[in-house]
Amino acid sequence: MKTISLESATAMIPDGASLMIGGFMGVGTPERVIDELVRQHKRQLAVIANDTAVPGRGIGKLVTAGLLDKVIASHIGLNPDTQQQMLAGKIAVDLVPQGTLIERIRAGGSGLGGILTPTGVGTVVEDGKRKIELNGTSYLLETALRADFALVHAFLADYAGNLSYALTARNFNPVIALAADTVIVTADHIVPVGVIAPDHVATPAAVVDYLVANR
Amino acid sequence: MDAQTIIAKRIARELRAGMLVNLGIGIPTLVANFVPEGVSVYFQSENGLIGTGPIPEDGMAHPTLTDAGGQPVSALPGAATFDSAMSFALIRGGHLDMTVLGGLQVDVEGRLANWMIPGKMVPGMGGAMDLVTGAKRVIVAMQHTAKGKPKIVKACTLPLTSVRCVDLVVTEMAVIGFPGGRATLLETAPGVSVGQVIEATEAPLLKAQNITEMTL
Repeated sequence: MKTISLESATAMIPDGASLMIGGFMGVGTPERVIDELVRQHKRQLAVIANDTAVPGRGIGKLVTAGLLDKVIASHIGLNPDTQQQMLAGKIAVDLVPQGTLIERIRAGGSGLGGILTPTGVGTVVEDGKRKIELNGTSYLLETALRADFALVHAFLADYAGNLSYALTARNFNPVIALAADTVIVTADHIVPVGVIAPDHVATPAAVVDYLVANR
Repeated sequence: MDAQTIIAKRIARELRAGMLVNLGIGIPTLVANFVPEGVSVYFQSENGLIGTGPIPEDGMAHPTLTDAGGQPVSALPGAATFDSAMSFALIRGGHLDMTVLGGLQVDVEGRLANWMIPGKMVPGMGGAMDLVTGAKRVIVAMQHTAKGKPKIVKACTLPLTSVRCVDLVVTEMAVIGFPGGRATLLETAPGVSVGQVIEATEAPLLKAQNITEMTL
């Protein structure tokens, strides 16, 4: 794990990169990295996240700035900009049931090729997918997801990079932290090693590549 | 009593002590206002919370304590928070006793469509497909008709949320169940006749042997 400035962390992300971004309606999203992506005008990004928040918040800022080519999410309904750009053909949106999305990411971070889920059987979600019968139940084969970068936001990070999360800001964060080639973390508080008790570490430092310095 | 209150009050009577319950956005959220006295249930928010409490007083909201719509909530004593993989393991894994969701259409065999209107509204399914597929009991809370058009139909014209047959549909006019997989009129709202319900329903309804009046 290395500590890094916000500017340098963001500069590592090339145009066209795929990003997994933590957060649920902007809660638990690394807002400072988002703002810096907009400032450095990184383009043609593919984002994998639960949702695209609302205009002016979290991933919504990337949408409004026109920086996204592709979105894989479970819900975009509270962001009219995403819907508009989808209908205009500017952003390709792949809508995935939320439980399937998080399990596909978990699989990607766990060395699994995919998962079998009953969710979506008999609906438009099954189009083009393999259906597998096991013990009398139908399942869809949903493939694993990985990304070039995971942008994680934690409540506490210690100097070593161990992370813990707060309340509902946890959501996708600990899961995406395993599923990307490079893991970049921001935290509300950076604290000495030992402040986070071993039992309270939700993401071990060993999977964190860069901790963005606080101001 | 307005339509939403009738629906929410009737559904609240389905709550039993100790249940883990997920309430969707809209009318389902109102169910929490009518939990019967002496009944304690766990409300789950799929963004990672069990023990969801009422909206906090002015100035008491916390930016990282929110519901699935991103709005501030409170947490009751004994609350627990967790990541999204755990949240949906609870939902799909047979741990969720009841889910209450809104509906656009329900067909004669109890299949629900509630997540998109092609060409008009494409918000994404969020957690709805997992909830309907995985919850032990699925209750649909919706108005009986939309702009005069029946929402309980012979066949859904909108994309399905799941092929699983829901357990109960509660409207401001009636309670409809699906014993044997066929839409059956179980209860009528106070002041509503069986004939009026049938008139406002496109799907052919079977009639329970003893159709009762909704207790609210």
